[in-house]
Amino acid sequence: MAELRAEGLVHVYRDGGVRALDGVDLAIAPGQRVALIGQNGSGKTTLVRHLNGLLRPTEGRVTVDATDAASLTVAQLASRVGLVFQDPDRQIFAGSVRAEVEFGPRNLGRSGSALGSAVADALAATGLVGEEETNPYDLGQSRRKLLAIASVLAMRTPVVVLDEPTTGQDARGVERVRAVVEGVAAEGRTVLAISHDMRFVAETFERIVVMRAGRIVGDGTPETVFGADAWEALRSTYLEPPLAAVLGDRFGMGSTPTDTSLIEALLA
Amino acid sequence: MTISLAGVGYRYAGATAPALLDVDLELRDGEVLGLVGASEAGKTTLCLVVSGLAPRTVGGQIRGAIRLDGEDVDAWPMHRISERVGIGFQNPATQLSQVTGSVFEEVAFGPMNLALPRDEVAERTWSALESLRIDTLAERDPVRLSGGQQQLVALAGLLAMRPEHLVLDEPTAQLDPAGTRLVADAIERLAADGASILVAEQKTDLLAAICSRVVVLDGGRVAQLGPAAEVLGDRRLRDLGVAEPSAVRLQRAAEAAGVHDARLSEALAGG
Repeated sequence: MAELRAEGLVHVYRDGGVRALDGVDLAIAPGQRVALIGQNGSGKTTLVRHLNGLLRPTEGRVTVDATDAASLTVAQLASRVGLVFQDPDRQIFAGSVRAEVEFGPRNLGRSGSALGSAVADALAATGLVGEEETNPYDLGQSRRKLLAIASVLAMRTPVVVLDEPTTGQDARGVERVRAVVEGVAAEGRTVLAISHDMRFVAETFERIVVMRAGRIVGDGTPETVFGADAWEALRSTYLEPPLAAVLGDRFGMGSTPTDTSLIEALLA
Repeated sequence: MTISLAGVGYRYAGATAPALLDVDLELRDGEVLGLVGASEAGKTTLCLVVSGLAPRTVGGQIRGAIRLDGEDVDAWPMHRISERVGIGFQNPATQLSQVTGSVFEEVAFGPMNLALPRDEVAERTWSALESLRIDTLAERDPVRLSGGQQQLVALAGLLAMRPEHLVLDEPTAQLDPAGTRLVADAIERLAADGASILVAEQKTDLLAAICSRVVVLDGGRVAQLGPAAEVLGDRRLRDLGVAEPSAVRLQRAAEAAGVHDARLSEALAGG
């Protein structure tokens, strides 16, 4: 279990002088399911790359369980925060699905039955059982993405960060990702996911953080963030509330961010 | 200006099973045809076949006939097809030329190779950049942009070519809702100018908005083909691994819960 905290976090990329993060304060309690939304270039990926030490702050700091991330090595951080990249091809390198999924937990010192069960659980969660000996590049793009997720799940880190996990997934793939998020959270681990899929976000996460131009401009439950009062903030970062939220407001039923909540309101 | 496929099958080199089987399809002048299906149903393969890259560049074996504006393209070399058919790949990193130092040069790269006059290259390049609202990125290095920005740059490069036929494999995968709308507008404008466009997408809300017809692939075969509203509203869609558009899904959920609400029906019918 780990608490994540960003304090006054600023990141300026060296090449452009762009303040990709412009003073971010965020605290995530252990076991929370948090979605990070915002337009392309709003700083979402830059923020999560600070959480596992891939980027170091220009100003401010990141703490994991009250320990300054700057005082931890990338390897120490990797045992606490697992990050799944947006593009699986930047992550995958092994010659078989099994070798790919084993790599992380092996590096954390797991072996024998602990390693076997970590790998088996991760493959089951991502629907890749039976593909152990397959070359990752013989899998389609969407299953390569699930493989990248499996590789991080197998490390059993207290925090799992997913960058655009539903991109390129078909209907079943999205359901699988949803089940992965819920499964990880049910074990008391923290999940932080970046997504542009508002329907998926509203249905899967308990807390939604909205970013614009390197700052947090919204933070709350799906009911709050997709409620009519918050639409202006959403639209300022070029996002739209889900259809159910728009209709709930039109019918005067308050905030109904999901199909289920709208239908319940209509039945009440 | 049509692309037609008759009895087309395709097998990747070394693969035991074909990736496409018995595909009959016509992509008409000025039409946006949506392409959906579960993962590994053959969507990307169909994009490669229609654009001529499979088998010419990718290898593998093809059967059946592909006609471009009535002419059989079987013996055509790749460069002859690419003058007429543009393709946008799923991963923009694959698309970018890697040989240009700025977004402007990257987008101008295609029209330059069409040997157009300088002024026209510049005009087409700015027009494509502005239509996707990335003109402010003109001086930036393409490889240092975010995934979503790269996707827009890759598409701008295709728009600047003003292709007669265009194949797009998940053109909005990495885009936020605003970027997705810009791409939708650009596709509609291109079709209004007479281009025929095949768009593979997971976002059925987008397809419902811009397509006249939709084709569903299942295991490499055409499972359904028809008017967009009909295909995307079909109850078998989810069994074929495709997420329904938001309005269809909400309608189904309401029916299943026994909700009969006139306002809801009206709102969903009105879009």
